[in-house]
Amino acid sequence: MAEMHSPMEQFEIKRLLTWKIGGLDVSFTNSSSWMIIAVILATAVFVVGMRRRALVPGKLQSAAEVGYEFIAGMVRDNVGDEGKKYFPFILTLFIFILFCNVLGLVPYSFTVTSHIVVTFAMAIFVMVGVTLIGFARHGLHFLSFFVPKGVPAALLLLLVPIEIISYLIRPFSLSIRLFANMLAGHTMLKVFGGFVVMMGLLGGWAPLAFIVVLTGLELLIAFLQAYVFAILTCLYLNDALHLSH
Amino acid sequence: MDASAAKLIGAGLATIALAGVGVGIGNIFGSFVQGALRNPEAAPRVFGNVLLGFALTEAVALFALVIAFMILFVF
Repeated sequence: MAEMHSPMEQFEIKRLLTWKIGGLDVSFTNSSSWMIIAVILATAVFVVGMRRRALVPGKLQSAAEVGYEFIAGMVRDNVGDEGKKYFPFILTLFIFILFCNVLGLVPYSFTVTSHIVVTFAMAIFVMVGVTLIGFARHGLHFLSFFVPKGVPAALLLLLVPIEIISYLIRPFSLSIRLFANMLAGHTMLKVFGGFVVMMGLLGGWAPLAFIVVLTGLELLIAFLQAYVFAILTCLYLNDALHLSH
Repeated sequence: MDASAAKLIGAGLATIALAGVGVGIGNIFGSFVQGALRNPEAAPRVFGNVLLGFALTEAVALFALVIAFMILFVF
């Protein structure tokens, strides 16, 4: 029987090429390689898919068009016309996360988004960007975002700190949501994979069937989390652009 | 008490959060089915919101999971 592996082993970062700049470790890891694969594949889908620009789209072209339309609709519905400027960013974000999530489901691959560093970098980029957009657009008036309207002054003492804290927590919840979903899903798949080996040729079929169902669920989650990340970015952007409350 | 035993108990306690998440997710889909039966035509339009609500609620369960992992492996 094969030796038992820890379900956490799949998340290990391995150096493929060791590079050092000064004291900084900038090695090319399995994580970086899968990021590059995701970017290349995503670019290929859009470039190759849209090369012919047929009036009646083929398979790849309609995939690219559906993705574009989906995010364009999302930005239009949630941010409005002013969101058009930020559409390329949100499309890139969505496609990158989607490809990283889905590629992670390929056996023996590496899930880039299962690392908090990666997701937190994206989330903090979004939040800092959104805050800067808010300040650039409204100046100091943006701070009124933290003051709920129609609330007695005595309550403001309590509510303003809560609003500020909930704003500052956004990048954490945004990043932990994506990272924990990926981590939990892949750990669960590995744990059930361990059951298959443990129960052997006779009993192993039940967990194997469960893994098949679970992989389908993970595919849904992979898409859903990319969608949630993109739509929350839209909502935060909308808050900064329109100071809705 | 032994520190490792306390760790295991703590990680188990962290999963209590799942009770709330179960209620939450059940609430989301229950309300959706109820609403969809009352007005089937409007159902497809709110399904995106249902999935968003599901993902946001599920995230709470995963926060609990992260806490459990932190208790088990970090400390």
